Amino acid sequence: VHQRSIVRIGVPLAVAALALSACGSRGDSGGSSGGSTGGAKKTVKVGVIAPLSGDLSALGKGIQHSVELAVKEANAKGTIANYNIEVLAVDDEAKADVGKNAATKIAADNDVIGVVGNLNSSVSQQTQPIFQAARIVQVSPANTGPGLTRGADPINAPKRPYDTYFRTCTTDLVQGAFAAKFLKDQGITNVATIHDKKTYGQGLVNAFTGDFTKLGGTVVKAETINPDESNFSSVVSLVAPSAPKAVFYGGEYPQAGPLSQQMKAGGLNVPLMGGDGIYDPEYIKLAGTTSNGDLATSVGAPTDVTPAGKTFLAAYKAAGYAEPSAAYGGYSYDAANAIIAAAAKTLASASDVKSAREATIKEMVNVSFDGVTGKVGFDEFGDSKVKVITGYKVDAGKWAAVKTLSLETDGNWSELKS
Amino acid sequence: MNDLLQQLVNGLTLGSLYALIAVGYTVVYGIVQLINFAHGEVFMIGAFGALATWTVLFQGTLALWVLPIMMLGAVVASVAVAVVMERFAYRPLRHAPRLAPLITAIGVSVFLQEAVRLFYPGAKSKLPFPSIDVVTGPAIRIGGLTIQRAAVFTVAALAVCAVLLWYFVNRTKLGRGMQAVSQDPDTARLMGINVDRIIVVAFIMGAVLAAVAGVAQGLQNQNIDFRIGFLAGLKAFTAAVLGGIGNIQGAVLGGLVLGVVEALATQFIPGQFGGSAWKDVWAFVLLIVVLVFRPQGLLGARVVDRA
Repeated sequence: VHQRSIVRIGVPLAVAALALSACGSRGDSGGSSGGSTGGAKKTVKVGVIAPLSGDLSALGKGIQHSVELAVKEANAKGTIANYNIEVLAVDDEAKADVGKNAATKIAADNDVIGVVGNLNSSVSQQTQPIFQAARIVQVSPANTGPGLTRGADPINAPKRPYDTYFRTCTTDLVQGAFAAKFLKDQGITNVATIHDKKTYGQGLVNAFTGDFTKLGGTVVKAETINPDESNFSSVVSLVAPSAPKAVFYGGEYPQAGPLSQQMKAGGLNVPLMGGDGIYDPEYIKLAGTTSNGDLATSVGAPTDVTPAGKTFLAAYKAAGYAEPSAAYGGYSYDAANAIIAAAAKTLASASDVKSAREATIKEMVNVSFDGVTGKVGFDEFGDSKVKVITGYKVDAGKWAAVKTLSLETDGNWSELKS
Repeated sequence: MNDLLQQLVNGLTLGSLYALIAVGYTVVYGIVQLINFAHGEVFMIGAFGALATWTVLFQGTLALWVLPIMMLGAVVASVAVAVVMERFAYRPLRHAPRLAPLITAIGVSVFLQEAVRLFYPGAKSKLPFPSIDVVTGPAIRIGGLTIQRAAVFTVAALAVCAVLLWYFVNRTKLGRGMQAVSQDPDTARLMGINVDRIIVVAFIMGAVLAAVAGVAQGLQNQNIDFRIGFLAGLKAFTAAVLGGIGNIQGAVLGGLVLGVVEALATQFIPGQFGGSAWKDVWAFVLLIVVLVFRPQGLLGARVVDRA
């Protein structure tokens, strides 16, 4: 009798739990974008691989919709002759192992010419080899980890690990240098650093520390947190006695927001500064009212001040997507357009999409157009030629741009004219 | 010296939270010999219950009088989940082999997490928790020490709960019934004790304390998400084992010890193996060492007074 009752209750329960977790964690909505109707047009797909669920989905959804917008416009213009472009969006949940499976899924589709993604440097590390093996161009709108394009020793011995990988945003080397200059210019010389032990956070803190000490600043304490936790009071107590004038955090807003809040509640009343990973309205929501004065850097000029950016935002709004374009919208839009521009040339002389992949990789270095984020183009490592960073400050519950600088080829900063 | 005291304060705060949750593990284990792995989720539901109460009834109000009602909301949510869980997931498996309820507990845990993630509005990412006046806000400074207001609330909550719990277990009829059932369920039944009811009471007791912990966690961290139950549950389970599973005083002591060790390890272990990155390693090293030399835990699961 007991045996049967276990089966009767246990099996449905297990099935229910499985079904729930299954429908919860997969969100690969194949967002197809309508375009001009052509009789016997062939299909070419642009992949999107980004966190479409979870903590970072605000950023991932912005990437997906921005790519959808670029594809919709290209279809309307007929940029790729005889082809109708579709978007294939898959969820990487911001996790390396999920990202690997998602990348394999994209690579298995013969119609895919290029991919926009990932959001996280740690996930891209795992997807790069898969796209390289499949000879698919990968353009990240958001990876700022220097190692992805410059190998294990990005500063002294840069060596490009994957010839299929490109990015439209600039790297943490530039971002860290900007942050160091930004703090130093405000007369802050003692800083504590904290990071979340992920590729992005650690890389950003390393880049910052190098430049900050070069400028004559001192890192008085270097600590880490566990990104799965939400109570950081022991780290705050560890950092507070060294009396830093600011805390530089390498990581993303789900941890940075609470960290800032707990710093101030714990009596460490100095600004927290972070990179593009904390530049999001969610940060201010989590950090609360005490976040006023916190600082962030983000790649590129603010989208809403440049003419190209305004056009993009207006088109994005007109398209009526459910989520905002978020921090990487412009970069994703440019990334998709770079892939489409290269594919337009290579697909013209190819019999099918798969055979055009190799040529498309070669074609990427020739891409050059005026995008939302500046003059889009890639150098010999696959890095963006645009090296523009903006510093932001939390002011009355909103991120306000403080200044935008561009790193010139001679290593000097110049104010960007908008 | 100041560093030591400061980290002790942090450790006791964290430990109080672990202790509140650990009691739920230990009480249920003492009576039905079940490790209720879904207990961490009961804690998480408590935090969400408090947030929901605030959002629905008091959105925008941060006065202190709101707090007791939020706690009530948390308790109602936690207790409801615990009772339903006991009735439909565990009671049918009461006489099944030990492994069956254990696996069920893991299933219930996943079920509850996903249910909150999918059905609580906005729960897919972290949700801000209201900053109630008096119990949150600028830290209190005593000498060189900074003490967060929410920390005072947490420790006070543990103290009050511990006293009430002691009174309940030792001085009331239901409490004595619990002790009797934990010693020998069959004889207790022969003496006229309703064993099923006592088991429900044990689940309710654990749920009430977990709900209080949920509110405390929300106030401390100012945000909650559907995953908080996992890590907190794991740590609280560790605390219960450390103190001696089945023993209520042990669970409280185990929680406090675990919290303090984590905080001190962050500060005082020098060199490469120190710092916040290694605190969990040291916490679990302590667990292993204690279990090697005292397999029954710090206070031991003495059969006589486990309840």
